[in-house]
Amino acid sequence: MTTVAEISIDRAEDRHRRRWHILVFLAPALLVYTAVMILPLIETLRLSLFNVKDNQSIFVGFANFQVLFGDPRWAASFWNALRNNFVFFLIHMLVQNPIGVALAALLSVPKLRFGAFYRTAMFLPTLLSFVIVGFIWKLILSPIWGVSPFLLDLVGLKSLFSPWLGKPGSALIAVSLISVWQYVGIPMMLIYAAMLNIPEEVLEAAECDGVTGWSQFWKIKLPLILPSIGIISILTFVGNFNAFDLVYTVQGALAGPDGATDILGTLLYRTFFGFQLQIGDKSMGATIATVMFLIILSGVCLYLFAIQRRMRRYQF
Amino acid sequence: MAKPTASPVRTGLVHLALIIYTLIALFPVFLTVINSFKDRSSIFRDPLGLPTPSTFSLIGYQTVLGQGDFVLYFQNSFIVTGVSIFFVLLFGAMAAFALSEYRFRGNTLMGLYLALGIMIPIRLGTVAILQGMVAAGLVNTLTALILVYTAQGLPLAVFILTEFMQTVSDDLKNAGRIDGLSEYSIFFRLVLPLVRPAMATVAVFTMIPIWNDLWFPLILAPSDATKTVTLGSQVFIGQFVTNWNAVLAALTLAIVPVLVLYLIFSRQLIRGITSGAVK
Repeated sequence: MTTVAEISIDRAEDRHRRRWHILVFLAPALLVYTAVMILPLIETLRLSLFNVKDNQSIFVGFANFQVLFGDPRWAASFWNALRNNFVFFLIHMLVQNPIGVALAALLSVPKLRFGAFYRTAMFLPTLLSFVIVGFIWKLILSPIWGVSPFLLDLVGLKSLFSPWLGKPGSALIAVSLISVWQYVGIPMMLIYAAMLNIPEEVLEAAECDGVTGWSQFWKIKLPLILPSIGIISILTFVGNFNAFDLVYTVQGALAGPDGATDILGTLLYRTFFGFQLQIGDKSMGATIATVMFLIILSGVCLYLFAIQRRMRRYQF
Repeated sequence: MAKPTASPVRTGLVHLALIIYTLIALFPVFLTVINSFKDRSSIFRDPLGLPTPSTFSLIGYQTVLGQGDFVLYFQNSFIVTGVSIFFVLLFGAMAAFALSEYRFRGNTLMGLYLALGIMIPIRLGTVAILQGMVAAGLVNTLTALILVYTAQGLPLAVFILTEFMQTVSDDLKNAGRIDGLSEYSIFFRLVLPLVRPAMATVAVFTMIPIWNDLWFPLILAPSDATKTVTLGSQVFIGQFVTNWNAVLAALTLAIVPVLVLYLIFSRQLIRGITSGAVK
């Protein structure tokens, strides 16, 4: 009897002691994460409901949002940035992800030689900083240097060249395509991984039924990699609505020409930090950050609750 | 039924497409590097030519090393990236161990709370982060950057390491407990060495966005003494925008460390991605 009691006391003590371990193990990560990430995020959301009048912070409700959406001084640049951001995202979805899928499909051809070399080379741009990527492309597309007219001349398309980055009509597309060039490696790798996970038997069965080549890709592989396409879409969405660096390095904080490449990230930077004659405005900055937060959150929720749940997952 | 073998024509076309895209991916980098070693007139006269003895020139590098404080910038970047990765790995592994090893109330909730940061970018809190750093007197210090990057890296680190630690055998840990090891020793002496491959993957994933970040150095630490190499080259190139030799040399200098690290770690990185670590 006594031994049983002792053991149970031991266990209780043991459990009690273990609880402290858990706390010690969790505390540093929780502390840094909460203090530097979660609390500032909440504080930013809170700040969007306040504004400064006579050096005093007062609660204004949704007045900041009304100003952002409707006031002529803010609304034009806000809607412009939002629209540009959607175009930026759309170009990534239509160009980056299909190219990524195509490259992954080519890489997963069985018994491909030099596969590791191709993968390594094509993933390199993803690792370069925006500063490097931005300036390299600025130089290449510059009419002064003449590299791109020369290259276009080689394929007989010289007449197509124009200073794309300097024209309001084409600057956003040019910047988006630079970003696509940089990031195509990520969808390529994730889809490639998904394709490697398709079991050999499934493909063999398809081949026995005479489904090969193109129709095999469309009918067998594509449905099986759909969950990965969902993941890269949401990663692209979050990345694009949070983008700033590339536009800043290529076109500067004003996102020229004439705001043609202004996206929410650059608008947020100019608004809260100030630029040239514009003085930083904390409340409006927080308001724009809150709008970005809501856009990203609704995208993530749409993905988690609507898309991911309906997607069929195949267990092998 | 014999498996149909791929025709040589089809294989050739696959290689052709892959080679074309490889050229597209590598050409801009190649172009920058070769032109950084040429004199000014041949940069413009013959952009695609390799440097020859008559066109070879290091004038750009002389300008960069003479004008910019690049040694200091590199040092700042190394400190910020290195210290941040150290804390991300240490704190992340500790939290992942707690989440995967112990059952306690709120375990799942804690995991979800920490995973929130994978999808919501830390940048959105910048307004309040700057405010907090001003209040704490940390503006224009490397500490501010290290704090932010540690917080930024933790969610993904905890997520990946938790999954990995669940695969460490319970028998081993229980054997350690019977031998009288404390929970801390079990973590540091038994579990940590076993999850080293996963830690390397996390380190590579954490390192790239920190090294390349422009946003937080620009906002939290733009002073000359605390510039990272990314911000330093951005400012330098902005000032020397018409001096093409200097710009190309600065770009090449910024590419080299990334290139070297990538050649060392590319297998680790690609294996990490393709093994599903980021799903």
